[in-house]
Amino acid sequence: MNKPLRRIAIFCGLLVLTLLLRDNWLQYVKADQLKDDPNNRRVTIARYSTPRGDIIVGGDPITGSAENGKTGLNDLKYKRTYKNGPMWAPVTGYASQAFGATQLESIEDGILTGNDDRLFFRKTLDMITGKEQQGGNVVTTLNADAQKAAFEGLKKRGGKGAVVALEPSTGKILALASYPSYDPSSFAGNTNDDAAAWKKLQKKYNPNDPMLNRALRETYPPGSTFKVVTAAAALENGKYTSADEKTDSPLPWTMPGTTTQLKNEGNIPCENATMREALRWSCNTVFGKIGSDLGNDKMLAEAKKFGFDSEQFVPIRSSASVFSDDMNQSQTALSSIGQYNTAATPLQMAMVASAVANDGKLMKPYMVDSLESSTLDPVATTKPEELSRPLSPKNAQILQDMMKTVVEKGTGTNARISGVTVGGKTGTAQHGVENSENPYAWFISYAKLPDGSSPVAVAVVVEDESANRDDISGGGLAAPIAKNVMEAVINSKK
Amino acid sequence: MSSTTNSPTHHTSTIGAIGAPSRRNTELALLVFAVVIPVFAYANVGLALDDQVPAGLLSYGLGLGLLAGVAHLAVRKFAPYADPLLLPLATLLNGLGLVCIWRLDQSKLLQSLPNFVTAAPRQLLYTALGIALFVVVLIFLKDHRVLQRYTYISMFSALVLLILPLVPGLGANIYGAKIWINIPGLGSLQPGEFAKIVLAVFFAGYLMVKRDALALASRRFMGLYLPRGRDLGPILVVWAISILILVFETDLGTSLLFFGMFVIMLYVATERTSWIVFGLLMSAAGAVGVASIEPHVKSRVQSWLDPMREYTLSRQGQLGHSEQLQQALWAFGSGGTLGSGWGQGHSDLIRFAANSDFILATFGEELGLAGIMAILLIYGLIVERGVRTALAARDPFGKLLAVGLSGAFALQVFVVAGGVMGLIPLTGMTMPFVAYGGSSVLANWALIGILIRISDTARRPAPTPAGNPDAEMTQVVRPS
Repeated sequence: MNKPLRRIAIFCGLLVLTLLLRDNWLQYVKADQLKDDPNNRRVTIARYSTPRGDIIVGGDPITGSAENGKTGLNDLKYKRTYKNGPMWAPVTGYASQAFGATQLESIEDGILTGNDDRLFFRKTLDMITGKEQQGGNVVTTLNADAQKAAFEGLKKRGGKGAVVALEPSTGKILALASYPSYDPSSFAGNTNDDAAAWKKLQKKYNPNDPMLNRALRETYPPGSTFKVVTAAAALENGKYTSADEKTDSPLPWTMPGTTTQLKNEGNIPCENATMREALRWSCNTVFGKIGSDLGNDKMLAEAKKFGFDSEQFVPIRSSASVFSDDMNQSQTALSSIGQYNTAATPLQMAMVASAVANDGKLMKPYMVDSLESSTLDPVATTKPEELSRPLSPKNAQILQDMMKTVVEKGTGTNARISGVTVGGKTGTAQHGVENSENPYAWFISYAKLPDGSSPVAVAVVVEDESANRDDISGGGLAAPIAKNVMEAVINSKK
Repeated sequence: MSSTTNSPTHHTSTIGAIGAPSRRNTELALLVFAVVIPVFAYANVGLALDDQVPAGLLSYGLGLGLLAGVAHLAVRKFAPYADPLLLPLATLLNGLGLVCIWRLDQSKLLQSLPNFVTAAPRQLLYTALGIALFVVVLIFLKDHRVLQRYTYISMFSALVLLILPLVPGLGANIYGAKIWINIPGLGSLQPGEFAKIVLAVFFAGYLMVKRDALALASRRFMGLYLPRGRDLGPILVVWAISILILVFETDLGTSLLFFGMFVIMLYVATERTSWIVFGLLMSAAGAVGVASIEPHVKSRVQSWLDPMREYTLSRQGQLGHSEQLQQALWAFGSGGTLGSGWGQGHSDLIRFAANSDFILATFGEELGLAGIMAILLIYGLIVERGVRTALAARDPFGKLLAVGLSGAFALQVFVVAGGVMGLIPLTGMTMPFVAYGGSSVLANWALIGILIRISDTARRPAPTPAGNPDAEMTQVVRPS
């Protein structure tokens, strides 16, 4: 009987070996994946086990951490708090014990909790000295005054809208506002009150969708503001070489391949107008024909250089803006004046203004300036990075000149700031079936100081459902907000 | 030098009298470790949870030491030649299990559950009873061959034990598996754990008598000796009973355990590989057949195939789904290589049965891969010492009984650990010695008692004829 016994001994050994292999698979190979699974409650427990690091704007934290009351079963020690939550929500996102984390709170979670490998030394030191682990800080590029101007401006308007302001020379995001907004403090815990507050904010129960980050995640038809891109394409492709050259623009103009005439808003001097005049009066016929003449491919190529068709990671992901391909001439004409399928995020249009202001160089937009440990030692710093060159410096200056005319004596006079050169473009984009819904009011602009530097470029969009339809125009609704934001940036530099 | 003095075609070696030194002092030394390690673990849990050494440390240490000491003295007195590893290994597992159960008793989350009981004191009581049973086995079972007389009584009692949970009014359906019985005033009992031992006695007795008949082959087919049709009878009966257990008690583990044990013992008794092939085919057919029909078993299989889906459904509040397996997998993963340390894990998220069926997940999270590997190797050692006992036993009944018990122990460890680690579908059994549960602790201490008895008989020096000095040193001449 001993031979089968030896085999049984081997069989039992194999059973144990199988278990050992499986355990190595679970606890070694798969360990990190299981450990970091967002559904794994331990992730949440770790996130709130120590005071969370802060998100910092201009040296002041806009977040905080409070110790949870010892209430029964709560296994989470600290709770996130926010200062002026609704204003900063598009920047911070939220970190809720019950509902997880998003945006900066989620992307930089490792730094904020102190678990990031880059904080390993600090963590080990804390462990040895017996100190409680401390989260690091996320220092943002935002400008508190500009953000306030943007948010207050949208709030005063009352409708839905968003503002993005960039520093053209670096790509730093100075303001990122979305309205209506929400207070991430209201559901930071995991009590029934938090759940009720969360429920009220969901789109299902709140048609205004306050938790949507309109500045990055919503695409709107850019309307006439897109004519800046079309003008850039005309200059870059050599169709016209100066702002004051007469264009080949008949009026009325019938779109190629159709019997439809492209209409201008009102009776404006657009026949064979120069590009400067066409931009000043916002001539649909001139820019529609430029787009149609250049063709889909060239227009798409230029739009792509400005950042269309790709998501941006600032590091929060923004939606990709759209300029379609495979369009016929009339569709290209409509798209070139920001209608048809063309759609852009407020961030995208701020990038357009910023590239023009920065002499044709588009910088990659970003909002995290640096990461630092709890003792304020820098862990990582973001360096400005060039994304593309949609314009040559010469053409950029021609375009700046044209945009300046828009603000000085065109549709954008509401954005004038004394002592500062401002260039801009208004837009009023129609949407809805048969244009039945209220249009979007757009304004994009940049400011240039007497020393030639450009501290800010901004894009504002307002969807105003309550306004009188005729009253809506980029110049009337959006330009004043843009002006305040630019002023705030300029004043904070002084 | 020896090559010049020895004959080139024969070599001569001298061996002592059959049998080894008693090894009781080795056992005692190992037992000291088996008591001290859990005591340190206990202190560690207290320090991690409350920053202080737990108040009960001294009494716990003394209690465990006393129990181990009594068991050791019983072995020294009644089974002096027994295997020295079995008792310390079982004591170590039992002690660590107690610490882990106490640690889970401290969880606020588990305390908030509706049927929470402070389990550690009860488990300590079960351990005391288990060791008492172990001592009783050693005292009253002077020779394991006595059990041979009770072959058919064992069969009858095993069947009764297995049927008990199905008796109306006595059986208890706990979360789908009907493997418990309620004894008023005493709590619930898992008769299957005891049936394991009684069935091993029956199989050993039966196979010892019938093994020659069963080993007869009639035809050779594809390299296998096929048994005669009428000899298929016993395996078919055991198979049918296993399937019935699976269908009526809905417990895959118990069913697999009994059938597997029978196949192992049948193979050892007959030395016919064909039985293994038959056994595997039949168990596969039975398991697949039942799993596709019986809803409870079916849901266990689905949960095994996709634990995350099960977790999501359970979170959505759908009945009949359990997040336990996914929680256990997260516990293992979060433990990583070295674990979070005693008291610092969150395995209480498993909630129900965290200290019984799923206790291995707590070890996995708090002691890590290293700890689990050590524990699995301890189980492996117990099994291999059991098989070693079977090898050393001199009578076929002892061989069969020892291999049956060790094989069943190995299968149980595999089925439970494999289930908790997501290797095979979960079953309703518990890890021997570490998991909370009176039946399991009592039955496994009895099992170790029987193995120690067999190993004592196996290693005991053969009685020497008096007055023959040559018997001390026997010359053995073998052809080389």
